[in-house]
Parts: sequence; C-alpha cells; structure tokens
Amino acid sequence: MKITLADVEHVARLARLELTDGEKNLFAGQMDAIIGYVEKIRELDTEGVIPTSHAVPMENAFREDVVRSSIGVEQALGNAPQRVDTFYKVPKVIE
Amino acid sequence: MNIFDLTLHALHHAFKEKQISSVEATGAMLARVNALNLQINSFITVTADQAMASAEAADRHIASGNMNPLTGIPLAIKDIFLTEGIRTTCGSRILSNFVPPYSATSWEKLRERGAVLLGKLNQDEFAMGSSNESSAFGPCRNPWDTTRIPGGSSGGSAAAVAARQVTAALGTDTGGSIRQPASHCGCVGLKPTYGRVSRYGVIAYASSLDQVGPLTRDVTDCAIMLGAVAGHDPKDSTSVDTPVPDYNATLTRGVKDLKIGLPKEYLISGLDPEVQKTMDAAIETFRRLGAEFVEISLPHTDYAVATYYLIATAEASSNLARYDGVRFGHRSEQAEGLIDMMTKTRSEGFGAEVKRRIMLGTYALSSGYYDAYYVKAQKVRTLIMNDFIKAFSLVDIMLTPVAPTPAFKIGEKINDPLQMYLSDIFTIPVNLAGTCAISIPAGFSASGLPVGVQLIGRPFDEETILRAGYAFEQVTDWHKRKAAI
Repeated sequence: MKITLADVEHVARLARLELTDGEKNLFAGQMDAIIGYVEKIRELDTEGVIPTSHAVPMENAFREDVVRSSIGVEQALGNAPQRVDTFYKVPKVIE
Repeated sequence: MNIFDLTLHALHHAFKEKQISSVEATGAMLARVNALNLQINSFITVTADQAMASAEAADRHIASGNMNPLTGIPLAIKDIFLTEGIRTTCGSRILSNFVPPYSATSWEKLRERGAVLLGKLNQDEFAMGSSNESSAFGPCRNPWDTTRIPGGSSGGSAAAVAARQVTAALGTDTGGSIRQPASHCGCVGLKPTYGRVSRYGVIAYASSLDQVGPLTRDVTDCAIMLGAVAGHDPKDSTSVDTPVPDYNATLTRGVKDLKIGLPKEYLISGLDPEVQKTMDAAIETFRRLGAEFVEISLPHTDYAVATYYLIATAEASSNLARYDGVRFGHRSEQAEGLIDMMTKTRSEGFGAEVKRRIMLGTYALSSGYYDAYYVKAQKVRTLIMNDFIKAFSLVDIMLTPVAPTPAFKIGEKINDPLQMYLSDIFTIPVNLAGTCAISIPAGFSASGLPVGVQLIGRPFDEETILRAGYAFEQVTDWHKRKAAI
C-alpha cells in the first residue's frame, strides 16, 4: 500500500481542501505511514461480528411533536459572512 | 493560603462562612489569569467584566442563604463549549470570530447553579491533538515546566487548573483529551460514560466518542462538578435517561470490597520507567487500602489506536463538512464561485492537523475503502467493547497508566503524527468501549513532572472510580503539590 500524490489530490478534492505542493508531499508521506499502521486491523478475523456505531445501544429517541420557540432570524443570521435581507448570500451557483 | 490555592469545596465553605466573597475570589483568580497567561497561554478569551457581574449576583444569593456548591465558584471551560454571546473558537482560525446564539447544556447547568465564568480555555484545534500544539491561538504550556506540553486536547483546561488560574474546568474527551492532560498537569480529570453528560452545544469532533467531563484539583471537586453536569438532556438524543447519583455521598466508602483489574496488555515491557514506578506505587497503595488485585486481559488493546484513528477521523470528516463559509465562521474572499469559495474557506481556515484528519477520514470513507477501513474498524470496536464486558465480569474497576511517558517537550512530536497518535494508547480503548475513567495524580518523575494513573469503571459506574480515587487521595499528597509558578 502506497499513498500516491494522485490519491492525496483525489481525497483533497472530495474533502473540499486545496493543498499546496508542500502539503501534498507531506500528507502523502504521513498518510502512508498512518494508513500503513491502521492496516493492522485487517489481521483480525471479524467474520460475523456486528459493527458498533455507538457504545450505548439505543432505539430512536422520540418526542412529542409540539411547536416550540426557536432562535429568531436575526440571531440565526448573526454569524453569516454575507447576507441579503433574511437570507444567507453565497456566490452564484448556476451559470 | 492564597484564595487561588483553594479547592472548589474549600472555597464553597469559605463563601458559606462569609470568610471570602465571590467577588474577592473572582478578582483573585482574574489577577492570576492575567499574571500568568503570557507564560501559560491557557486562555483564548477572558470574560472579566461578565465574571465580576456574575460574582456580584452570586454574592447576593450567598447573602440570602440561597446557595449550592457551585454558587460563586470562578471556573472556566474549554473553548469547544458554545457560550451564548461569548466568542467560541474551538481553537480554530475558521471560528475565530464566531459568537454562538445559544449555550451548551453542560455550561448552562453550571451557570444556572451560579458558577462564574472566567473565560474560554485553549485547546487543540477542534480537539484534534494530544499536546495543545495544534491550537490556532498558539500552544498552551505546562505550568510544571513551560518548555513542555500540557497534554491535549483539553490542555488549557488542565494547565489553568494546575496554574491555579481557575478553581475547576470543563473539558471534553474523545480519545483521552481530559485524562491525558490531567495526568501531565497533576490534576484530576474524569471522562464520564458516553451518554452520561449532554453533548448539546459541544462542537462535534467524533460524535460516537466525544464526552464532556471535569478537570479539578481533587476528587471531591470532581464529584461535585460531575453531579452538576450529568443527566439526560432532551436536546441530546444520545444522552441516557438514568438517575444521577449523589457522587459525593459515596466517596468515603473505601476500596476494601473492590477487585481491581490489571490488564496485562497495558503493563507492557518498555513502559517508561517513571510511569512504571508510579503504577507500582499505586498498586501498593491500593493493596494497603484493602483492595484485591486480579490480572485480566483486554486482548484487542493493540488494535485500539488503529481502530480509533479510522472511526474518529471518519466521523470528523463528516462533522467538519459544515465549515463551508456559508452560514457562520470564516469565508474566503479570494474565491470564484461556490465550490471554490467552500474549498478556499476550508483551506484557509483549518490548520494542518485538522486537514490531515479530514483527509484520513475522507479516505477511510471513500469508495472502495469504506468496508475495508471504516466498517472493519467498527467491527473491531465491537471486539474491544467485548473485551471490557468480559473483564468487568471479573473485576469492579481497572488500574492502568494514563500516558506512556510524562509530558514531552513542545515540538518533540509535532512532525511525526503517528508517534503523537500512539501516545493515546492507554486512554483510547475507554472511549471505544464507551465507559468511564478517571486520571488521578499519583506521583512525579525525577525531573518533577506529574504522573497520573487511570481508574476505569463499568458503564455508568462513575461512583466506584470516584470513591477509589478519593480513598487513594486520603493516603497520598500528590494532588496537594503545586506547580511553582
């Protein structure tokens, strides 16, 4: 197993990260070492083992469907990098 | 005796007896915060004005006899907890100007009980780190030796307690982020059972592992803090609806009835001699107190770090997708178009360790690797949990080291992430198993650095590890030693 620069670029694109050439080289080496290490879990026979997603087994947590107050529009938009009226403003999506 | 040297319960007593006011205590702590923060860098934000106003309100409650153990107590919380109207950065540049519109339930519970917030504490960026070096606000330093790390990710919480800048602190623990810094800074740190404390309003790193807990000067204070924040919260559907016991009521029951397990996989050859010495002495102390020791096995220990760094990074890559510059936080001004805006925002806003973990998690979840890495890790997690279930059928609690070495030097492991990850080997299995554990001060290295030991309990049995820690404290004085700062 060898993490290549192409792998790093592919994963960075999926993760919406833009890496410098320096970062790409650094991450390729470091990810290769880390992935090489974590591969040890493949040694284990996990045939028939149920995967654990949460330590505490629980069913759906239901609540009554009642209307409650929530934070207002001004508060919700309080941290918006850009806004117009009561909307978040983003760069043009559709050309 | 200085006011800032008092434990939480001693300060409460002094308030009750009208020997000290909350305004005096808060003023003394704020002076300490200001005097030491350049050296330690434990605080990202200091909330001095609000703190004095809260202290005045607390004094009015105390005067009217309307008080509880937290009324007027000056404390601080990791900057991962949302605080309404107070900047919350999570140690990241991407949130450097974020002011939350609501508060975390755990902080809300402390506030309702009259606690005084001194400020927000330094941490590794998004709680990703074991040394507090990944903070966008600079590394926090260990009060016992400022050339060394305080541990991480709740490094600011541990350092502020050890430097007596705060009476107590809250942190979070995903793979050891409360216990490891507590051990390195000589304070008490408890990671409760997953589901014991609400995660509502805690900025998410790895949601199936994250848990909130206290860092304090002794076990009594730890029990008070845990009792205050524990309990079911309708706003966190993973918090568990089981009664919260009075943790302070059972502290004095001793350990004579306890079987303590020593997991043989944790007592590896090559353990740092200073840590080994501390473990040997702790075993001897508990034996003298009447506990029985049993050798046990947690056979999948060697796979825990690998499992953790697959599951935690996968969850992180998903959780951190929200930082895209649309609704809050930093937005790049250099971008052309939506996708470019998101990409540049994230690339400018995240530091190297966060990028690395997002990359690892994205890789583990990506097409072709999902089953081989992520699902496989979840299956190994089941095996690790089963190890604990089996072991706890033989013993009541376990005693282990917390970290493989005392605090290392700032910069020592920064270029070798894998070595940094391996320093969490003794704390990570507890998060994967979802159970509770406490780090208590248990000795010092020859060069004067604190070393803790870890007591691991059954799920939702924080009472037993607290009373074992309390019994240990009654016959040792490690927790009373103070960093000469």
